[in-house]
Amino acid sequence: MSDHPSHTAERSDAWREADAPEAAPPATGGAVTPADAADAARLVSFGLQPKLLPARDAEYTDLLRRYREDGAFARLADAVATGLGLVVLEVSPRAGMAVTAGEDSVFAVRMSDYARRAAADSADRFLHGLAHLAVAALAFPRPEDLADDGYIGRITVNGVDAFVRQACRRLEERAEQQGENTDPASDAPGLEAAWRIYARRSATGATKDARRLAGSTTGIIGKAVGFLADSGFLQRTGDDAGGSYRTTARYQLQVRDMAGGAAMAELLDLGVVPVSDGSATLLPPPEGDDLELAPGAGLPFHT
Amino acid sequence: MTSPASTDFVPPQFSAGPRPAQGPAADEGLARRLRALACTAPLHDLDVRKANLAGEYSVYSMAEVALAAIDLVTLTMDFDTGADHDQIVARLMPRVAAQTSHRPAAEHERVARWVLENLINVGSVDRGFRAVYGTFGPDGVYTRRDYDFKLIEEVPGYGGAVYLRTTDEAVNVLVGALDTDVTSAQIAAEVKLEVLISRGRLADAQLAAEQARYRTVQYAETLRRTLEATRRNVRAVDWLETVPDMIAEALDHVADRYRHENAILMNIRKARDEATDPEHKRRAAELVDIVKDCIRRHTQLQSRLLEAGPLFRAEQDRQAFAPPAARAGLDLYGQLLAPLLPLPVEQATRVTEAYFARGAGLRTPASVRLGDLVDLLLTPPVEREHLGAEMPEPDLIATPDDSRFSEEQLAGAMELLDLEHDAPRRLSGLLAEARKRDPELPYLVALLAVHAASPPVGTAYRQGEQRLLFAVDDGTELDDPEFGGADLIVGTALLDAAGMAADRKDSA
Repeated sequence: MSDHPSHTAERSDAWREADAPEAAPPATGGAVTPADAADAARLVSFGLQPKLLPARDAEYTDLLRRYREDGAFARLADAVATGLGLVVLEVSPRAGMAVTAGEDSVFAVRMSDYARRAAADSADRFLHGLAHLAVAALAFPRPEDLADDGYIGRITVNGVDAFVRQACRRLEERAEQQGENTDPASDAPGLEAAWRIYARRSATGATKDARRLAGSTTGIIGKAVGFLADSGFLQRTGDDAGGSYRTTARYQLQVRDMAGGAAMAELLDLGVVPVSDGSATLLPPPEGDDLELAPGAGLPFHT
Repeated sequence: MTSPASTDFVPPQFSAGPRPAQGPAADEGLARRLRALACTAPLHDLDVRKANLAGEYSVYSMAEVALAAIDLVTLTMDFDTGADHDQIVARLMPRVAAQTSHRPAAEHERVARWVLENLINVGSVDRGFRAVYGTFGPDGVYTRRDYDFKLIEEVPGYGGAVYLRTTDEAVNVLVGALDTDVTSAQIAAEVKLEVLISRGRLADAQLAAEQARYRTVQYAETLRRTLEATRRNVRAVDWLETVPDMIAEALDHVADRYRHENAILMNIRKARDEATDPEHKRRAAELVDIVKDCIRRHTQLQSRLLEAGPLFRAEQDRQAFAPPAARAGLDLYGQLLAPLLPLPVEQATRVTEAYFARGAGLRTPASVRLGDLVDLLLTPPVEREHLGAEMPEPDLIATPDDSRFSEEQLAGAMELLDLEHDAPRRLSGLLAEARKRDPELPYLVALLAVHAASPPVGTAYRQGEQRLLFAVDDGTELDDPEFGGADLIVGTALLDAAGMAADRKDSA
């Protein structure tokens, strides 16, 4: 957020031009009053209620406008947020005061709090994290979708599961083609390929009380989307295919500016350097080996 | 692969890097056979573990019930849904009951459920099985490996329901043709069937037809997966050539199979109708059902194929004709998810952890105020209405009586047709008499007489009727100003009601 000062200064000039005849300009750069601090904190507290829409609350809208027009107020609000251990992603009418938790903040979500089983079982720990990544990958399938502010992604729980399973199946077929034996060694479970953990886990399961089986992959994805919906990142739109959701502006910001980069850095740290030219990678490879029509998954109609 | 150096660099996608040559081919074949063998282990295991069940269950043949269950699930597997849990249990019951007919039905159901749950392996978190086997690597090191598989898996259906599907492993074990090509196996099965039928060996023909049907089910499953995948990613498929080619090919295939199976169907129908041996007749009839089912499945395949085109075009419109974005973003699938999946789980978890830590957003810590807690605990629960909301009085509208004939006319016609059992009459006479009473009545009489030409004997038998109106055509033409056709002989037959009642009791 290094471009904040210039950005907000520009805004405040525009505001001053528009409103100068009827109102005195606010005390920019002057002494900060306790009332200003209260307002800034109030704006941050609105940001902490991620499901609250700016358009639905007049006070929220007013404070957002003040943030965008009054440079000093903006710096004050940013300072309050930083002091609370929050990171400001964007302040705009569409996303509101989009803040997220810093790494060691009291607001941060820890995996062990998120899913109790994940603390004990490394496979569960991986699957819960993967579910969040897969939801984002299906919500923003193309790089353009993640970059385009107006894009709204739509996902279903079963769709996410099917999509990850498909990716796993392709890897399985690839391994089979190369004659690899992917069955892991019994004494080194940590070396088992990640896709196998997912492929192995059952997609769903009957339970006594007709709820989703928590340990199944749709159960894990269902938990992830439910959590994201509570965080104001997704909005539930229906019940078909295990529950359908659409993305919010906040989710796009979070994925684009925070999570994607962090995961990417970790991946680079592991020595994996995925190269992209900015186009979607879900294209068939040039040599005619169609990923979607891989042996086994394809049509055996060559009579 | 256990040395730390090899995990240092992992090629970004699909681990396509150079790999050491595989071990001896014999060892690979051994591994394959060991896996095939492992698929049968859960069935043997059932018979071993039945002794541990509380109660005397050793009389049941669990492996037989399990194979029957896999059969049932495979055959009820459709395009969208699988088999229903309770339905499978219900259909397994007769077989279980046949094993010990003197035991209570509740026990039979318990056995059926136990077998089905064990095939799903409800106890494990993966709901699958694991077998351990060892192979020699290319460097001569002996490694123990885990083989994970499922026999029956649970898949989500419409409206949150859970359906059962048999896995490829189960179908392969069941059909007994491990490691074979689907297409060639199907063609082989069908050719075999035709030969068998032409030689009149129906017992073998049925076996072959059942195998053909298993193959057809497997086929449909494969295609369903492909269509699902192509629906998800429009850009992943070559819509210019590959997909239309694929659809055309598949449609050709369906047409081909349809022709083929219709020809078989005609042959077996002939065999069924011409067979004199009742056992042959029964087998041929079963075969007709099986082939009909195959045709039904092919038709289903075809309708799926026809839906694919419009779906692609709609997705194409949505995705390809939007204005391009100003800046390129991160490709979540290609740059994160795809390179992550082939990594060892230990490393992959580091990436997903990093994503989760930054991507899960924030949670405001909850703090409880004692005052709120006391209020909450002391609030009496909301009383719920037992009877629900009051039903509105339904507004009934009388539908106009638009019957062609009135009740009186029906009574008149029945009176006319109430004939002595030893004195049948010609239709012409009845019509003339009816015309004297009412100009409309002959129509009703003629209608009833024509119906009597094919008397509902079965219904009369079941309901224990004593008399039955019948009509016979003896070739005489009807001479009437209003009606044409045969001058039917209409009469009443007396039925042996007491004898039929006794008969029904016997057969029940």
